[in-house]
Amino acid sequence: MKILVTTKRVTDPGTKIKLKADGSGIAADGVEFKPNPFCENAIEAAISLRDQHGGEVIVVSIGPDEADQTIRSAVAMGCNRAIRIDGNDGGLDGDLVARALAKLAESEQPDVFILGKQAVDGDSNQVGQLMAEYLGWPQATFASAITVTNGGKSAQVAREVDGGIETVEVDFPAVITADLRLNEPRFASLPNIMKAKRTAIEVKTLADLGVETTLKVRTTRFEAPPGRQAGKKVADVADLVQKLRNEAKVL
Amino acid sequence: MASASQPYLLDITPELAEEERLVHASAADFCRSRLLPIIAEHYEAGTFPRDLIVEFARMGFLGAPLEGYGCAGLNPVAYGLTMLELEKVDSGLRSFCSVQTALVMWPIFAYGDETQKQRWLPAMARGEAIGCFGLTEPGSGSDPGSMRTNARREPNGDYVLNGEKMWITNSPIADVAVVWAKVVEEGRPDPVVRGFLVERGMQGFSTPEIHGKLSLRASITGSIVLEDVRVPASSMLPGVSGLKGPLGCLTQARYGIGWGAVGAAMGVYERALEYSKDRKQFNRPLAGFQLTQQKLVEMHNAIGKSLLLALHFGRLKQRGKLTSTQVSWLKRDNVAMALDCARTARSILGGNGIMGEFHVMRHLCNLETVYTYEGTHEVHTLAIGRAITGEDAFT
Repeated sequence: MKILVTTKRVTDPGTKIKLKADGSGIAADGVEFKPNPFCENAIEAAISLRDQHGGEVIVVSIGPDEADQTIRSAVAMGCNRAIRIDGNDGGLDGDLVARALAKLAESEQPDVFILGKQAVDGDSNQVGQLMAEYLGWPQATFASAITVTNGGKSAQVAREVDGGIETVEVDFPAVITADLRLNEPRFASLPNIMKAKRTAIEVKTLADLGVETTLKVRTTRFEAPPGRQAGKKVADVADLVQKLRNEAKVL
Repeated sequence: MASASQPYLLDITPELAEEERLVHASAADFCRSRLLPIIAEHYEAGTFPRDLIVEFARMGFLGAPLEGYGCAGLNPVAYGLTMLELEKVDSGLRSFCSVQTALVMWPIFAYGDETQKQRWLPAMARGEAIGCFGLTEPGSGSDPGSMRTNARREPNGDYVLNGEKMWITNSPIADVAVVWAKVVEEGRPDPVVRGFLVERGMQGFSTPEIHGKLSLRASITGSIVLEDVRVPASSMLPGVSGLKGPLGCLTQARYGIGWGAVGAAMGVYERALEYSKDRKQFNRPLAGFQLTQQKLVEMHNAIGKSLLLALHFGRLKQRGKLTSTQVSWLKRDNVAMALDCARTARSILGGNGIMGEFHVMRHLCNLETVYTYEGTHEVHTLAIGRAITGEDAFT
């Protein structure tokens, strides 16, 4: 089985981010990056499928030089090859990412392309779906279990939907997006990190892939959520009822 | 008025190579998600979490700085960062990995022959064989030259060992012990210290556990009793003779402790900082009081300087330039700093500071041991004093 899998570096969800003064984006100074958690589920799934059924896993990310560290952590988890498509967040939208990955899929011809269901920075949740459409491949999103069927020609995918599990079967080649409950990603072991250091990352440009770089989505402004208003103190129950009735107007 | 809080004003990440960052991140993830949730319970029960050995091995913590034999081959800074993350959780868990790596695998790697290396190193890296290091004795601590454990050479070439070793981390669960003993060699007037690989199951070898520790409770400690233990000549480490053998091992281990202590200090500081922001008295968070801020600033600044010392000495070690006296400095000052931080953090947490679930008293009790093991604070002071004055104040 040949599996393509994505990874993306995102701002560490555990740290507070600051916006640029002009609201054009997030200030990069002092920001820590981590691999997108859903991508780690995708990578774990890809590696486990490879270990069960043989073949290879190729990890791909779109980003600047600094994304190499995130890519290498995927290699340290067990991916066989690595590709970085050079690009900057400012010059990308979900559609362009989907078109670039679709071009890569056309040249690599994997059996399965596994992605995280969304990146926890932009929360767009559309790359997997758009890419499947561009490729004309079946898609199974929000996967919580993947079982290869039909002698490696298709997969049964359990999807978590409201109130239960929906199981779909997709013929290969297919796009699958990973949800958090799909698996528990392994830690990159120290020997594998040292081996990953020697794995070359193949760099491609958007021009190499022949994709049109005009964006369909433009971000106009970032704003921080409004700060929390201070609460009001009430003197007694009568005061509380009066405020609920006249100020909050909930009674 | 509260504004954004930034726990550390110093970040060494820009000074780290990519693989050092990845090693650090992976070790931190592992320690936070696998060790931190279970440590308080084990500490209180006085049990070592043995099922973690296989996880340590899978992560590559055992023998991490060694090249080959199934080991990761980390550089000194990357290795130091793993020690930092382990000890941020618990000094006892770090001790387990330190002993296996620096005090058993390292001497086999540095002083052993190829047969010994092939026999032990891959198995120890996989966690299938556990090792311990026997130098200290009931009557011989800071003065290891006074050891009484001895090895007598038999006419057929075997050695017969007698003696007792004390305060030996991992000895009750060890498959192999690196035992340092005095040997009378032909043509030499004084006995010389040599290292022996003594194996579990050899007649006369036993390792009773030491019970009743109020420190390092999640680590197993015992003694090693040697009663006419006969070992073949092939179990002697051929590559070193004299006290420089065990002292060389200790230099490796102390280097790791120097990084580990920074982790322990970060652990208690981060707890104290969080607590001081949440806990309110007199209608304001503790963090808003000048006396508390002074405590937090002293801890924060001391941690930053200790980290820079560890990083700088790590880079020296990478270039083969680090001296054992510099390692004494690193161990001495960073452990004393961590112990101070633990006491200060304890005071900020008030009554909660003595509870297991707040992870501060445990660090404090552990660090009381780290302060005196692997060379007491005082002996390291004398080593540094000797280096800068040229006067030997040991005797």
